[in-house]
Amino acid sequence: MRKASSRTGRSLLLLAPLLVFLIAFFVWPLFSMMSQAVSDPAVLRLLPRTAEVLADWDRKSPPTTPMQTALMEDLKAVNDDQALGDMVRRLNSARSGFRTLMGKTTSALADTGNPPADLVSIDKRWANPEYWLAIADALSPLTDRNLLAAVDLGRNSAGNIEHLPADQSVNRVILVRTFWIAALVTFACACIGFPYAIIAASLEGWKRDLMLAAVLLPLWTSLLVRTAAWFILLQEQGLINDFLRWIGLIDAPLALIFNRTGVIIAMTHVLLPFMVLPIYSVLITIPKNLMPAAASLGAPPWRAFLRVLLPLSLRGVASGGLLVFISAIGYYITPALIGGPGDQMISSIIAFYALGSANWGMAGALGVVLLVATLLLYSVYARLSSDDPGRR
Amino acid sequence: MPMKIAKATFATLTILFLVAPLVAILPLAFTSSVILTYPIPSWSLRWFEELFFADAWRRAIINSLIIGTGTTLLATALGTAASLGLRNRLIFLRGTMRTLFLLPMVVPAVVLGVGLQVLLAGFGLTNSYLGVIIAHTVVAVPFVVVSVTGALAGIDERVELAAQSLGASPPTVFRRVTLPLALPGVLSGTVLAFATSLDEVVLTLFVAGPNQRTLARQMFSSIRENISPAIAAAAFLFIAATILIGFIVVLSRSILARRR
Repeated sequence: MRKASSRTGRSLLLLAPLLVFLIAFFVWPLFSMMSQAVSDPAVLRLLPRTAEVLADWDRKSPPTTPMQTALMEDLKAVNDDQALGDMVRRLNSARSGFRTLMGKTTSALADTGNPPADLVSIDKRWANPEYWLAIADALSPLTDRNLLAAVDLGRNSAGNIEHLPADQSVNRVILVRTFWIAALVTFACACIGFPYAIIAASLEGWKRDLMLAAVLLPLWTSLLVRTAAWFILLQEQGLINDFLRWIGLIDAPLALIFNRTGVIIAMTHVLLPFMVLPIYSVLITIPKNLMPAAASLGAPPWRAFLRVLLPLSLRGVASGGLLVFISAIGYYITPALIGGPGDQMISSIIAFYALGSANWGMAGALGVVLLVATLLLYSVYARLSSDDPGRR
Repeated sequence: MPMKIAKATFATLTILFLVAPLVAILPLAFTSSVILTYPIPSWSLRWFEELFFADAWRRAIINSLIIGTGTTLLATALGTAASLGLRNRLIFLRGTMRTLFLLPMVVPAVVLGVGLQVLLAGFGLTNSYLGVIIAHTVVAVPFVVVSVTGALAGIDERVELAAQSLGASPPTVFRRVTLPLALPGVLSGTVLAFATSLDEVVLTLFVAGPNQRTLARQMFSSIRENISPAIAAAAFLFIAATILIGFIVVLSRSILARRR
């Protein structure tokens, strides 16, 4: 008994370092990304006094004097221009006009020689409860704005969810495009990978080894090298255009790079091994005599394929397809280097928000969408590829 | 017969599709021209010179080696220890832990990158080697776990029990029996961890500063901004390294297979 428990203790001691490491640097970052998506303390941090007073407001009646005094004191206490800018941006997106109103108000408050009596004397708009309503809503440290905006939804002034106007609705287009490109790549991989795996599994000796080596070599090669290689092949003066012109098929070079065609070709090449290997590993477990048996019972080859080989190998096709699709929706490097502006997928947009415009909220919200899609598909994949004796 | 020809043609074309791009980039590493196109005017080693002596590239190669070594050490240590721990079937939540260990392979790099950037900034680790090594280790560790658990699963437990019954203490059994038997798996895990770090771009974009530009990161931005045959020279090095790595992995696997 003591021995068993000391063995368990030792195992836990061995597991602990990686467990702690991954919780700290894998699980926690994912959670902090999610919390970025739903947190927005920009307004609350700057307006603590206003928050206290607004808690008692009925959200309808005109602003009272204590409300105005509290906001004036909060605004006078702000000494961080960037934080002020963040707050104004958020308020302005909730109610347009805030930018000019805040600009006017802060400069009036800064004029210490001539202190204003209240906010309404600076600008009449402060008498309008709608502006105060926007502040009251923005004071909450939690927001669903980013998550809604990730799928092109927003809240109107009444607080109901509605579609954003068409000029702000870019994310849904990109999501649809991401799934569409991933589906096309998966389809292309299946069309090439399935027959390839069947042929490889039907061969023996060096021919099979050659076919497998041809799949493994690109799999082991750096992704950047493969992308660079396609960059060279697909460019206007590239080998593919040169070859097509040399055999006289085309006169002017085809546009193969910085467009959808290039992205699909390069991504298919990169992801094809993930399709071939799962199918192959299922196919080699199928007894070799099944197809001759079907033929001897009078089935023509296409029928034997449809009724025997296809159903038996479907599991491999499904897990290969899921693997390719899961990898494809998260792709960043290949579309960024081979694609044009119209081929950027969700990862590029996340990278743009995070690296380009430091908009962590939107980066986090789109990240949540991508993460949830990936994990859902992966759970299907894990179930499919785990050993399931009932199906064998 | 026509079926056979069709099959052979399809297989040949697909092999061509898979391998030709990798072959096509190699000769361009030796071009004397400044543009990356065929035909090659004359042969030269100028781009390898650029790679090893131009500041940006040389710095990137050194950074890749520093970060790759750090990642390999950290990932191998953490992954091997955890794989040994996972051998115990009585451990609580064993399946969940195994899934957690493999999950970094699945989560899109950009998503992890955003999270890590926010988190490491909180620790003051952005723009530091340690930050990049930590980020690379997160994605490299699953490869170590897969390859070491695979090797450990192949060990006949009776061998360890025999050693124990002959009086060997647990540390001795581990050092003299378990570790030598698992070594090929550990080695291929090490190699895969290094290769993962070498090829990692996305996390590097998010967490590394200008002083931690790795070779892959440098290749990424030079394809994007000013493509030159230095890319092909770097690709040549990568492919040569890949073949070497593949050779090591195959060798260690065959040693493992012979032991069984």
